[in-house]
Amino acid sequence: MIETMLSLWEWLGENLVIVQILIKIVVIIAPLMLCVAYFTFAERKIIGYMQVRIGPNRVGPKGWLQPIADAVKLMFKEIIIPTGANKTLFLLAPMLTLGPALAAWAVIPFSDGLVLADINAALLYVIALTSVGVYGVLIAGWASNSKYAFLGAMRSAAQIVSYEIAMGFALVGVLVAAGSMNLGDIVRAQQGGGGLFNWFWLPLLPLFVIYFISGVAETNRAPFDVAEGESEIVAGFHVEYSGMAFAVFFLGEYANMILISALTALFFLGGWLSPFAGWPLLGAMTDWVPGFVWFVLKVAFVGFFYLWLRATFPRYRYDQIMRLGWKVFIPITIVWIVVVGLMVVLEMPWWFD
Amino acid sequence: MNVLRDYIKSLFLLELWKGLSITGRYLFRKKFTVQYPEEKAPMSPRFRGVHALRRYPNGEERCIACKLCEATCPALAITIEAEPRADGSRRTTRYDIDLFKCIYCGYCQEACPVDAIVETRIYEYSFENRQDAVLTKEKLLEIGDKCEAQLAADIAAQANYR
Repeated sequence: MIETMLSLWEWLGENLVIVQILIKIVVIIAPLMLCVAYFTFAERKIIGYMQVRIGPNRVGPKGWLQPIADAVKLMFKEIIIPTGANKTLFLLAPMLTLGPALAAWAVIPFSDGLVLADINAALLYVIALTSVGVYGVLIAGWASNSKYAFLGAMRSAAQIVSYEIAMGFALVGVLVAAGSMNLGDIVRAQQGGGGLFNWFWLPLLPLFVIYFISGVAETNRAPFDVAEGESEIVAGFHVEYSGMAFAVFFLGEYANMILISALTALFFLGGWLSPFAGWPLLGAMTDWVPGFVWFVLKVAFVGFFYLWLRATFPRYRYDQIMRLGWKVFIPITIVWIVVVGLMVVLEMPWWFD
Repeated sequence: MNVLRDYIKSLFLLELWKGLSITGRYLFRKKFTVQYPEEKAPMSPRFRGVHALRRYPNGEERCIACKLCEATCPALAITIEAEPRADGSRRTTRYDIDLFKCIYCGYCQEACPVDAIVETRIYEYSFENRQDAVLTKEKLLEIGDKCEAQLAADIAAQANYR
């Protein structure tokens, strides 16, 4: 049975590569969408727990079917297109948010060599696609023909453009440290006998923090959610959206969060590498754990931080967001790029020797 | 020196970590949530739910149509019409409470000299037609008959404070 499947797989690879790639895409996207659904559940549970509540627990055992119920509810709701809205753009916008968030997963290595497209410009590809996501928000704000949506889109555009720069500079630091734009090579550059102390989060600590915070700003999440700002501009860019169109926006936002978590894990937390590699006792004990599991654990860890931040901090004032992006993050990243350059040139032991 | 300390404070996100540690600790706190339909929170004898008109133990309705409740109602939710009954006593012919207007302040209950109009402990009620929101005299008396034991006990418990 397994042999026939394997031979069929090889035959597909030789004759119908497109079908083989499509199957691979489905294998990545389907569990990802499930993760996105359950990430919303995790968010409601964790934020609930932090507010001394218990969160959703009615649908299914302990509330585990809640995201399914939400999805079904949204699917059966009407999609209302406002008068005066640009219909084509209005319906295109949610897809433009979700599309790039999913497309970026093509270059994410889940384990050593386990990647859909092992390209050398992966880092550029990822930067480009996360930037394209802004267009979804912008177009949604413009096409809705609503002042709240428009205000939200303008805020979001200005904010994302500002933080993109800090994010890009943080990635330049990673690029210098790893010497490669291939995500797999970036992870392999973090390999070493020290386990988690060999990863880039230590030598690139400021860049790690800035990358993550910029990522929170990029995905329009609290405390940088001025684009939504439910207490100020109702729901920002997606006020006019309902039903499945809204659901796609929602999926896009959460897929983006998982994507940023995955990228943070790859760039700074050693991707699929075991945190105990080379440790005297724990290293041998956790040797059998596959890299994929470590990767998922790291993504979940960073994702938890997203929810933790949302439960803790109030929304930033708009001018403070701009100040933080331009006057704090960009100078720090520039300085640290120089420091990383020096560390690499001087072949500092542990990380760059 | 202070400037330097502020810089260190903000660069190492000290205040932010303090905030995160608080929510982090609350994550493991025991939860207060009451599982509503299965569990219910304790209720005070002064609870102000939906209204009721009470009767004396002999079955005679208490209300004497003095209209104090109607006069005191800040939301103008009560409408009373009265005329002498066949035996000459003063009674209401109409006693309506519009629950859409009512703010459940309890002034009617306080104004009533004969403890006729009271607010019960019933809070789980709803209506599917708008006209159902107007409680007529019959409905109010019916609610009163249903909860008389509870109402009498609550009023007795509160008698010293009124």
